[in-house]
Amino acid sequence: MTSPKRVGKIEFGLLSPKEIRKMSIRKIIWADTYDDDGFPYPQGLMDLGLGVIDPGLRCKTCDQKASDCPGHFGHIELAKPVIHVGYTRLIRKLLRVTCRSCSRMLLSPSDIDKILGPDDLRSENISEKDIKKERVCPHCGEQQLKINFEKPTTFSEIMTDVNGRKIDHKLTPADIRARLEKIPDDDLLLLGINPKVARPEWTILTVLPVPPVTMRPSIILENGQRSEDDLTHKLVDIIRINQRFKENQDAGAPQLIIEDLWELLQYHLTTYLDNEVAGCPPARHRSGRPLKTLSQRLKGKDGRFRGSLSGKRVNFSSRTVISPDPNLSIGEVGVPLAIANEMSVPVRVTPFNLEEIRFMVLTGPDRKLLSEPCGANYAIRPDNRRVRLSDQNTETVAEMIEPGWTVDRQLRNGDIVLFNRQPSLHRMSIMSHRIVLMEGKTFRLNPAICPPYNADFDGDEMNLHVPQTEEARAEAYILASVQENILSPRFGGPIIGGIHDHISGIFLLTHELRWFTKSEMISLLRFTHLTHLPPADRVDENGMQYWSNKQVFSMILPDGLNMFFRASSCVNCDTCLKEDCERDAYIRIIDGKLLSGTIDKKAIGAFDGTILQRIIRQYGLARGVQFIDDVTKLSIRAIMLDGFSFGIDDEDLTRTEYGQIEEVLESASQDVNRRIKIYQDGQLEPMPGRTLEETLEMQIMQVLGKARDRTGEIAGRHLGLSNSAVVMAVSGARGSMLNLTQMAGCLGQQSVRGERIVRGYDERTLPHFKKGDRGAEAHGFIKNSYKSGLNPTEFFFHAIGGREGLVDTAVRTSQSGYLQRRMINALQDLKVAYDGTVRTTGGRIIQFKYGEDNTDPSKSCFGEPVDVKGIVENILKEEV
Amino acid sequence: MEEWMEKQIFEADLPDKTKIDLTNYLFGKNVSEEQFNQIFKQVAREYEYTRIEPAEAVGVIAAQSIGEPGTQMTMRTFHYAGVAEINVTLGLPRLIEIMDARKTPSTPTMTIYLTTEYATSRDRAREVSWQIEAAPLHEFGDIITDMVEMQVVVQLNREVCDRRKISVGDVMEKAPKKIRDRHHYRDFEAEEEEKTATLTFYPKNRESYQNLFQLAEFVRNVIVQGIDDIERVVVRKEEGEYILYTEGSNLKDVFEVAGVDTIRTRTNNIAEISEVLGIEAGRNAIIDEALSTLREQGISVDVRHIMLVSDMMCMEGEVKQIGRHGIAGEKESVLSRAAFEVTVNHLLDAAVANEVDILQGVTENVIVGQPIQLGTGDVKLIAKPINQE
Repeated sequence: MTSPKRVGKIEFGLLSPKEIRKMSIRKIIWADTYDDDGFPYPQGLMDLGLGVIDPGLRCKTCDQKASDCPGHFGHIELAKPVIHVGYTRLIRKLLRVTCRSCSRMLLSPSDIDKILGPDDLRSENISEKDIKKERVCPHCGEQQLKINFEKPTTFSEIMTDVNGRKIDHKLTPADIRARLEKIPDDDLLLLGINPKVARPEWTILTVLPVPPVTMRPSIILENGQRSEDDLTHKLVDIIRINQRFKENQDAGAPQLIIEDLWELLQYHLTTYLDNEVAGCPPARHRSGRPLKTLSQRLKGKDGRFRGSLSGKRVNFSSRTVISPDPNLSIGEVGVPLAIANEMSVPVRVTPFNLEEIRFMVLTGPDRKLLSEPCGANYAIRPDNRRVRLSDQNTETVAEMIEPGWTVDRQLRNGDIVLFNRQPSLHRMSIMSHRIVLMEGKTFRLNPAICPPYNADFDGDEMNLHVPQTEEARAEAYILASVQENILSPRFGGPIIGGIHDHISGIFLLTHELRWFTKSEMISLLRFTHLTHLPPADRVDENGMQYWSNKQVFSMILPDGLNMFFRASSCVNCDTCLKEDCERDAYIRIIDGKLLSGTIDKKAIGAFDGTILQRIIRQYGLARGVQFIDDVTKLSIRAIMLDGFSFGIDDEDLTRTEYGQIEEVLESASQDVNRRIKIYQDGQLEPMPGRTLEETLEMQIMQVLGKARDRTGEIAGRHLGLSNSAVVMAVSGARGSMLNLTQMAGCLGQQSVRGERIVRGYDERTLPHFKKGDRGAEAHGFIKNSYKSGLNPTEFFFHAIGGREGLVDTAVRTSQSGYLQRRMINALQDLKVAYDGTVRTTGGRIIQFKYGEDNTDPSKSCFGEPVDVKGIVENILKEEV
Repeated sequence: MEEWMEKQIFEADLPDKTKIDLTNYLFGKNVSEEQFNQIFKQVAREYEYTRIEPAEAVGVIAAQSIGEPGTQMTMRTFHYAGVAEINVTLGLPRLIEIMDARKTPSTPTMTIYLTTEYATSRDRAREVSWQIEAAPLHEFGDIITDMVEMQVVVQLNREVCDRRKISVGDVMEKAPKKIRDRHHYRDFEAEEEEKTATLTFYPKNRESYQNLFQLAEFVRNVIVQGIDDIERVVVRKEEGEYILYTEGSNLKDVFEVAGVDTIRTRTNNIAEISEVLGIEAGRNAIIDEALSTLREQGISVDVRHIMLVSDMMCMEGEVKQIGRHGIAGEKESVLSRAAFEVTVNHLLDAAVANEVDILQGVTENVIVGQPIQLGTGDVKLIAKPINQE
C-alpha cells in the first residue's frame, strides 16, 4: 500500500510573470461563465481547458474525466501593474533601503562590512534599521525622500516644494515596479531575498494566474440554478474592471478616471488575495456575508493547513453511545451487530483460505444473528474493480473467486479495532481492543477502562476504527493495545484499575473478617478465571465448609506475591499498629495470601493500584490484565452479595447531633459578630500587609470554615461504616467526607474568587439584609445542609457560587487546550536516537541522556527506574 | 547484609539512587546468599527492562503528560502558598506563565534564606529584612506640605532611623537623589539640615499648587531604604530558622545584602534567575517551578517530561517561549510553522527567501502524506526473504 515514491523536499518561491504565462493554458478575457445553454464560454472563467467539474465532460487540455483531471491554470493580463497585498511590508522595506534614482542599496560596501562583519561569517541580513533615514545615496549622490506607506496598498514620497511645504507624491505601482526592477541581484542577497526565485518586482503583479476550475467548483442548487464559488465571483470582478480599464485606457480617458479604475482594480485584487486586510472593507456576497478568498482558505482551524492537511478524514470508522459491561475483559469492546455488518476488513484470497472466503461470500452482507458466521460486503477483482455483494449475486461471485481477489469481510469476534474518545488528550485516548459482537446498539466496555478515556456513561459517544492492513493491525495490537497502556507514561503507575463500585465492593468484601459458605463462594467467584475452590479455612461441627473473605481475594492474586503497604483508609497514626490496626488498613500479602488489611483504592484503584503495579512488574502485563478482569468481576459480585444503596434517610442524624450542630453554628455566628464588633470599635489589629477589612474577612472565613468542619465531624461520628457514603469516602471509591458534611451537616461558606459574596445591591448582597451587615448569613454562609434544604437567600448564594465553577470550567478547557497544542507543536519532533540521546528529527541534540538516566517513565515505578522496595520485600517476605 | 553483597551492589551497573536504596533496605537484615542473588538479579533485570527504547516519541509524550492534567487544574489565580500574607499565582495560569517564559511573573516572590548568624534570631532577621523591604520616606518621619511657603518639609524621626539601622544623613542624601533618578522628576530643589533632621523640598515653579502636590506625592513615596522592587517582606520561622518571604523580586540586589544565604535563596522569576545565575540555573528553575505548581494541584507528573520541556526551552542559551514567539515560531520547516499559527505570512515570507522544506518533522510529513520519522516510522529495516536471491 505504501507508495515507493517519497517527497524529498518542497521549495518555495515566487512566480514570475513569465512563468505564469508559461503554465497558463488559456488567456481569460470574458467575465461570463456559462452561456444560455449552460455551456462554458471559451476563454471565460469556466473554460473547458481549465479542467472539468461536470461529470461526463472531458478536459480540453488533458482529455481526462472530471475525476482524473487535476485542473489547469489560466491567466489574466492586467491592464496596469497592481501590488500584491501580502508583500506590502517587503515593498516598503525595499523602497526605504534603496536609492530612488539608481535603486542600489543605500550603504557603501564598507558600511555593509561594518554591519555584517567579514564576508565568510555572514549569517544575518541587512534590516531596515541599519539604514538611516533621510540621507544621500552613496552611489549616485541622490537625496533620498521619506517613503510613506498607508494601509492597505498606497505608497507615497514626501517631497518639499519650492515654498518649503511638504507634499505627498503618490507612487503608482508602475513607478514602484520600475524601481524594484533596477535593484541589483547582489544587493538583494544581502537583504535575504534570493533573486533567482524571487525578483522583488514580481511582487507587483502584471499577470494574474487564474486557478483551475477544480479548486473553485460551482454547485448546482436544488432549483437547478448554478451557484459559483467565492473565488469565481472575485475573478469576475477583476476581469470586469480590468476590461473597463483597458477600454478607457485605449480611448484615452482622463487621468482621474484612469486612477480611479486603477484603484478599483487594486481593491479587487487585494480582496481576492486576502479579504481581511486592515484598512480595506471586505468584499461581500450579495447576502452580506464576507467572501472567503485565498488567504481565508488557508488560515485558521478549518483552513487548508490545520483543517485539511494536518487533519485527515478516514473511512472504516463508526461512532455510537457507550455503555458499561463489567463482564467484558478490559481488552475487549462490545460492538453492535449493525456496525459489525457495515464495517469490513480486506482479506486476500489465497489457495489456503479460498474455501473459507468462498463461504463468506456465499453468506453475503446480511448477518442477522450474533451466532451466524461473518459474511462479506465487497469482492475486489484482481483489476481493482469492486463488486458489491447482495443477495442476488453471492452465488455467482463465489463461483468466480480465486487467488488474486480480495474480499471485504465483515467484522467478527476477535478482530482488532482502535477505540477512541475525544478529546484525545493523551495516547491512552486511542487504544486497540478486540471486538465482541453484541446485541443492542451501543459500544460496550469494561468500566475499569474509563479513566484513560475519561469516559462515563451519561451519554458519551466513542469512535471505533478498523485497521485495514496487516501492518496497521500489528502496530495497533503490539503498541496500542489496552494491555500495553495500563501503565501511564505520565507518572509511571497504572491508569487502569477499579473505580466506583469496584472499590466499594472489594472494600466491603475484604474489610475485617467474614466467612462464606460454598454457595456464596461459587456465586462470588463465578466470573473469575478460577476453576477450583481451595480447601476450606474452617469446617464446623456439621461438616459445613467456610472460606474467609480474605481468602476469597487471595484466590485472584498470583501465587508467590509478597507485599506490605497501607490502604487509603489509613489515617497515618503516629505509631503504626500494623496487623492490629483498628481500621484494618495495614495490608500484608505473603505467598499470594492476603493475611491482613482491607483492599481499597490504594490497592486496586485507577491511578494508585499498588497491587496491580507489583503484579505487572513481577508477572507481566498479561497477568495484570487477568487481575483487573478478576477484580472487577469479583467486586461486582461482592457488592451484589449485600447490596449497596444510598438514600435520603442515610443522611439522617439523631436529635443530639442536630443539637450539637446547631450549637456549633450558633457559637460561630456569635464569634463572627464579636469580631465584627471589635472591627467596628476600631480595636482590630491588622495583619501585616493587609487592610483592616481584609483582616476581618480572613478571620470570618476562618471561623466559618472551622464551624463547617466541626459539623462534619459531628455528622461523621454518628455515621459509621454502616453508611454507604462513609464506605465510599473511606475506601476512596467516590466522594469525600466533605460531601457528606455538606449533605448531613452544613453546606458552609459560598465563595466567589475565594472571598465571601459581596456583590449585589448598594452595601448589601440582597434586599433581605440590612445595609452594611457583615454577618455570616448576609454574605453567603449556608447553615442548612442539602438534607435540611436551603432557604431562599441561601439558595441564591449557592447559585452564585455554583455559577463561578461553571464559568471556570469553560475558561479552563480552552486555555489548557491551547497550552497543549503549543506544547505538542514545540516538542513533537523529539525522539530518542539509537545512541540514547534525545534529538529533533533534524538531528539537534536536546538531551544527552533521556531524562538524565534513560529511564522510560511508562515502565518506571512512579518515576523510579527500579522498584527496589517491592523486590526486596517480595524476596525477604518482610516489610523493609 | 554481608560485606561482599555491599561490594557487589557498589560495583553494579545501576544508577546511584538505586544502589543507595538497595543498600539501605538491606542494611542490618539477615539476607542469605540465595536471597541476595535473587534480589540482585531481579533488580538488574528490572533496570534493563525500564531503559527507554530508541525512536520513542518522547516529546509528544512529555507534552501530553503535562497538557492532559491541565483540564483538572484550578483557574483560581490566587492561593495562599504557605504564608497567609503573600499571594502567589498557582494552578493553570502559573503553568501557562512558565511555558510562556514571561519576563516577569504576575506575582513575583522570593524566599530568602539567611546565613546562620542571622537565621537564628528574629531581631537579626528583621535587620536583614529592613535592608530588603522597600521603605518609602513617609515611614521615617512626618511630611508637611506647606502651602504658604510653597514647600514640602520632612521632619525625620531619629528613633525610627536608629531602629531601622540607617543614619539620618543617609536618608537625607538618598531621598532627593532617588526622586531624580528613579522618578525622573527634577523640577525641585532640596535643602538638608542635619541638626534638626529636617529635609525641605522646593518646587522650581513656585506658582503652581499642582506642582507642589505632585512633589509632595513623590517625596512621600520615594524609597529611601531597601530594594525598590521588593514591596513587602514577611519574616517567618520555619524548621528552626527564620526565613524571609517577599512580595516582589530582585535577585541581583538581594544577593548583595549582607546576611543573605545566596545558595538557598530563590525567586519565582525564571527570567531573572537565568539572567543572574546563567541558563543552567534557569533550566533548573523552570523544572522546579513547573513541578511544584503541578504538585500543589495534586497532579503527579514524571520529572523527565518537565526536564525535556525545560531543556527544549533553554536549548538556545536563553529561555525561549513555548509557542509562536519561541520554539514553534523558529522551526526550520515552513509547513510546520504555517500549520501552527499565522499561516499566510509564513508562506509569503518563505517564497521571497526561497526557503526549502526538507520534510523531516512530523507535521510536514503528515501534510505531504508520508510516514513520520518517529517510532515505527523511523525504522528503515528491510527484511530480505531467505529463499530468494
